[in-house]
Amino acid sequence: MTRGRTLGFLLGFLAVALLVAGGFSYLASPDPDGLDTVALQGCQVTETDAGEQLAGTCIAQNATNHALSSSPLADYTVGGGAGTTGLAGILGVIVTLLLAGGLFWVLRRRGVAPTDDGRG
Amino acid sequence: MHMSDGLVNAPTSLLFGAVALVWLVLAALRARADLDDRTAPMAGLVTAFVFAVQMINFPILPGASGHLLGGALVAILVGPWVGTLCIAIVLVVQALLFADGGLTALGTNITNMALIGVVVGYAVAVALRPLARRGKGGLAATAFVAAFLNTVVAALGFVVEYAIGGSGGASLGTVFGLMVGLHALIGIGEGVITAATVTAVAAVRPDLVHLLRGAKTPLLRRAAGTAP
Repeated sequence: MTRGRTLGFLLGFLAVALLVAGGFSYLASPDPDGLDTVALQGCQVTETDAGEQLAGTCIAQNATNHALSSSPLADYTVGGGAGTTGLAGILGVIVTLLLAGGLFWVLRRRGVAPTDDGRG
Repeated sequence: MHMSDGLVNAPTSLLFGAVALVWLVLAALRARADLDDRTAPMAGLVTAFVFAVQMINFPILPGASGHLLGGALVAILVGPWVGTLCIAIVLVVQALLFADGGLTALGTNITNMALIGVVVGYAVAVALRPLARRGKGGLAATAFVAAFLNTVVAALGFVVEYAIGGSGGASLGTVFGLMVGLHALIGIGEGVITAATVTAVAAVRPDLVHLLRGAKTPLLRRAAGTAP
C-alpha cells in the first residue's frame, strides 16, 4: 500500500513542478535578479537594434556573451519564440528529472531495505 | 544569482572550478548513504522542482527581482550531500541548455549555490532541529530561517569571489552592501517558499523529509496514525 501512496505523492510533486515551470513561469518578474542588479549598478541600460547597450561604469560591462546563447532553449524560450517560456520550462523539468533521477537511481544503495520509520 | 562569464578573471574561475569539483566528488561519495529505492526518485523530483521554482523571479524592489536558490530546501528534504548534487544538476542544466549562468562561471555558481547555500541551509536547519521536530510551526520557522541565511551567505560567496579576482566596475564596499541588502530581501522570499514547500511535504509524507528522519515528532506520529 505504501508503494502506491509513494507513487501518488511523487506524481503529485511532478505535477506541481510542471505547473510551476509551464504556467507560473509566465508570471515571473522580468527585472534583473539581485546579483544582476549589483552588476548593473552604475550603468544605464538602453535597448538598441544591436541589443542592450550599457553606458557608464559597471561590473556587467565585463560580462562576455554566453557561448551557447544561440542554443535552441536559450533564455527559457523554444527557438527564441515569444510565449514559449512555459514549453521551455516543461522541457527543462523533464530533462532535469531524467538527469537527476537517473544519477540518483544509479548511485542508490541496492538490496537494502529503505531506511525509514518502519513504514516502508 | 547566476554569474555570467567574465565577471571574475580566469584564475579565480579556475580556483572555484576546482573547489566545486572537489565538493561534488565528495557529495557524490557521501550521497550514496542517503539514497535508496524510495529516496532516489524523491531526490530526482526535488531537483526538477528546484529547476521549476528557480524560473519564477519574484519582485523585491522596483526594477529588481530574486529567485529561489534552494540550498535549505534541498538540505531539509533530501540531506546535504544529495542536496548538493540536486542544485549542481540544476545549475548545469541551466548553463548548458538555457544559457543561464556562464560556462566558466559554473565553478563559482556551484560554489555559491550548491556548496555555500546547501551547507549554510543544512547547518542552520540542524541547529534548529529540536524546534523543527516540535510540529508544523516549528518546522516552518526552521525552514524560513535556514533559507533566509542560505541566501544571504551565498550572496557573500560572490563578494568573496569578486574580492579575489573581480573584473572591476564597482568598489568592493558597494558590491558588499548591495549584495547583502538585496539578498536579505530575496531571502524573505526564499524563506517563504522553502517553509511552504517543506511543510507541504511534511503534511503528507513526513517520512520523506530528511531533517525529520528518525525523529519522534508529532508530525511523524500523526502521519503514521493515519497510514492505511
